[in-house]
Amino acid sequence: MMHLEINGQSHEVDVDEETPLLWVIRDNLGMTGTKYGCGIAQCGACSVLIEGVVTRSCVTPVSSVVGKPVTTIEKIEEDPLGKRVVEAWVRHQVPQCGYCQSGQVMAATALLKQTPHAGEAEIEAAMTNLCRCGTYNAIRVALHDIAGTGAQA
Amino acid sequence: MSIETASTIQDLPEEPIGAMGAPDRVDGHPANVSRRGFLAGTAGAGAGAFVLGVGLPVGKARAAVPASAPVIRVPAFLSVKPDGTVHLLSPFMEGGQGIFTALAQIIGEEMDADPASFVVEAAPVSPDYLVAQGGRRVTGGSRSVRSSYATMRKLGATARFMLMRAGADHLGVPMAQLSTEPGRVVHAASGRSVAYGALAAHALDMPAPPPGSVTLKDKADFRWIGKPVARLDIYVKSTGKAKYAIDTKVEGMVHAAVQHAPRLGLTVGTIRNEDQIKAMRGVISVHRLPGAVAVVADHWWDARKAVEAAQVDWQEPATHDGMRYMPADFDSAAFRAGLAKGQGPEDVAEHEGDVAAALASARTRVEAVYHSQYVAHGQLEPPSATAHFRPDGVLELWTPNQAPDMFVADIARRTGLPPEKIILHSPMLGGFFGRHFLYNTANPFPQAIQLAKEVGRPVKLIWSREEEFLRDAVRPMASVRFQAGLDANGMPVALNVVSATEGPTEAIANARGAAIDPAAVEGLAGKKYAISNTRIAQRYVKNPTVMGYWRSVGNSMNDFFYEGFLDELADKGGQDPYDLRLHLLQDNRRLTTLLKAAVELSGGWKRGPFKAPDGSLRARGLAMASPFGSETAAVAEVSIRDGQVRVHEVWQAIDPGSIVNPAIVEAQVNSAVALGVSQVLFEDVAYENGQPVARNFDTYPILPLEQMPRVHVRIVESGEAMGGIGEPGLPAIPPAVANAVSHLTGQRVRSMPLSRLKFTA
Repeated sequence: MMHLEINGQSHEVDVDEETPLLWVIRDNLGMTGTKYGCGIAQCGACSVLIEGVVTRSCVTPVSSVVGKPVTTIEKIEEDPLGKRVVEAWVRHQVPQCGYCQSGQVMAATALLKQTPHAGEAEIEAAMTNLCRCGTYNAIRVALHDIAGTGAQA
Repeated sequence: MSIETASTIQDLPEEPIGAMGAPDRVDGHPANVSRRGFLAGTAGAGAGAFVLGVGLPVGKARAAVPASAPVIRVPAFLSVKPDGTVHLLSPFMEGGQGIFTALAQIIGEEMDADPASFVVEAAPVSPDYLVAQGGRRVTGGSRSVRSSYATMRKLGATARFMLMRAGADHLGVPMAQLSTEPGRVVHAASGRSVAYGALAAHALDMPAPPPGSVTLKDKADFRWIGKPVARLDIYVKSTGKAKYAIDTKVEGMVHAAVQHAPRLGLTVGTIRNEDQIKAMRGVISVHRLPGAVAVVADHWWDARKAVEAAQVDWQEPATHDGMRYMPADFDSAAFRAGLAKGQGPEDVAEHEGDVAAALASARTRVEAVYHSQYVAHGQLEPPSATAHFRPDGVLELWTPNQAPDMFVADIARRTGLPPEKIILHSPMLGGFFGRHFLYNTANPFPQAIQLAKEVGRPVKLIWSREEEFLRDAVRPMASVRFQAGLDANGMPVALNVVSATEGPTEAIANARGAAIDPAAVEGLAGKKYAISNTRIAQRYVKNPTVMGYWRSVGNSMNDFFYEGFLDELADKGGQDPYDLRLHLLQDNRRLTTLLKAAVELSGGWKRGPFKAPDGSLRARGLAMASPFGSETAAVAEVSIRDGQVRVHEVWQAIDPGSIVNPAIVEAQVNSAVALGVSQVLFEDVAYENGQPVARNFDTYPILPLEQMPRVHVRIVESGEAMGGIGEPGLPAIPPAVANAVSHLTGQRVRSMPLSRLKFTA
């Protein structure tokens, strides 16, 4: 049994300790907002916050997060900055198919927590999540909007 | 109680199934649709809801529905709930292209209901929803809006008519004194009004309006069509609430993962460590499938770990007949080289003038060979299928699909179940780009069905990304030989084009059809330049790979070939490529306007090379395309950094005739540009020793944000027949980029992807 703290709630899970956090969140805990895309930390669809740091949960052994607070997309709106990111995503109509966007919102929230006035260079360096629909310019605009770094698009 | 009126329509064109992912050829004009659609109000005994169906002929056998299938009439196309929300069951799938919102705009416009009040989901399988494209329900070919536009307007107008009738009863005034404002029936004379939601119960008693009593709005009065209405699915997709097939949960379900044979055609021999696998954590059972081994477990991760540990002796099949068999020595680079050298019969797709004579008498002859690569769909949602045999004998299935009726027919054929015992759910698609048609070995649902049967419980099967790269249906490759003749002024007067390729439709059929596969040559054929002697032909070469439709299909590579060679001709003839295109289009006002619009959007034609403010040396290239009933022209600006191409800016003008939502058009053009840039710069499904080299995004890079160019879009509404939106923004991008690179570096680009080449500038 492992004790996990996810979205402010305690969970006991009985899984192999090497199981990626992603699959514990999705299959054991039934929260499907966090997505499986590649399984090798390339696409970022599985991004969650661990102690506030954006982390690719598909390669994160569940045992490594015991005792650390994990935030998933399901509770991102309870974070004031996360709420602003979601609002900007809606205002700028960012998603298309939407499958990568949980991860994009998590990565964006983490970026702005660390760099509130992120400029183009910081955005390009931090937003490495893949989007096959190519919503990148909308992501840029939404991030510049929140960061107050101007219309870069 | 239910009242139905449906006309019988005799003029549904029969089309080959294979045309489904291919572009508009037969019936793209909305006018055709209005002839075959007749609306029937259907007041069903729903839960206090007013429902409306589109009446359709039911007696005629269609490709997707077996003739023997009983008609299941689901009279719930549209329903108004007491809370005023309008629920629409969409014939088309939403996968990011904005179709749910566009339908809400079109229907809401005529119904006088705010699109924001709509709740849209994919309709179940029923003849009711075969309302467009000659009765085939397919989301593809950028056809959803244009093929159903007239029908959906009439649906909305009929709903408004019936609500007004109900309003007349409710308010006790003649219907002629009523009007509507969004969501309400209004009696202006008395200042009274009633919300649509409050009329939902009354509308149940309304008969269908008499033919001819429903009129459509004047375009000038449009409130929502043509406006950047907000999409309906943005919030749920920004908060992880949207549900995709991979998120399916069924009570009591177990999870499955597969290991496919490394090459298609191999079968399962012994599993050497089967006992060990069965003993692994969480494992319930081990299964042998056609060309794959599966493990079922309590959780997917356990299933995956176990199945990947399986040591399988794969066996060669007894015969290769009738299958796509992948030989052990297949090498895609060698195959491509062979394509260019091969000889064989040529099937002519287009022929005008006397090419041989014009070539013989030309002042200058130009020859070149271009080629493309296999590319993967790379949709972010890996394929999955959840199968559930219910105790009542019904099979429920959740799986991504772009053609639900065809899937149900296929499931019926595979299982022997009658179609009415099959319920197919079609959740939101996590990207598709052509990935989710019926592709036989590239679809996971047959495996899920077999596993659910063998396990006796609901099974959710997910393909890992690695299995997806192994079994995806790739975009075909081609090697294209061009011969052209220039006159004394350097103008092209003859063009002979032979593409050595296999089209996606004939690849799916795994057989050469009686006629040429249009999807093989579109983008070489159908070009609008006035070159008086032109011959476009295909030399059919069968591939061992499984191939399918990829965003913008044949156009995705054929415009790269053609527009690249056109720039080559311009250079050989001493012409500027912009001037040459204007010259060749001088009698085509629509395309001249469009080309000028793209160039004007870019600030005027500036081929370069020139120095950008950041110090980089840049050049611009341009290209045009005529895909899916729309016309496009694009300018791309590039530089070279560390020997690799950077695309900085793209300006694209698109003329889809007329539009529904400019914000969605702009988003789709951005999206198509991203995929076009990704393809031309990076993508290549290379095979060595019969296996794809790349099995994930680490070795198959796709465009990241950092490489996404700025995209500037201009929409030109010429008023011509409505064209597509989802795909047309792609085809002009690879050649625009390649032409800019060729000019900047002096190295002629004749192949994709550019990352395989090294540049200096």
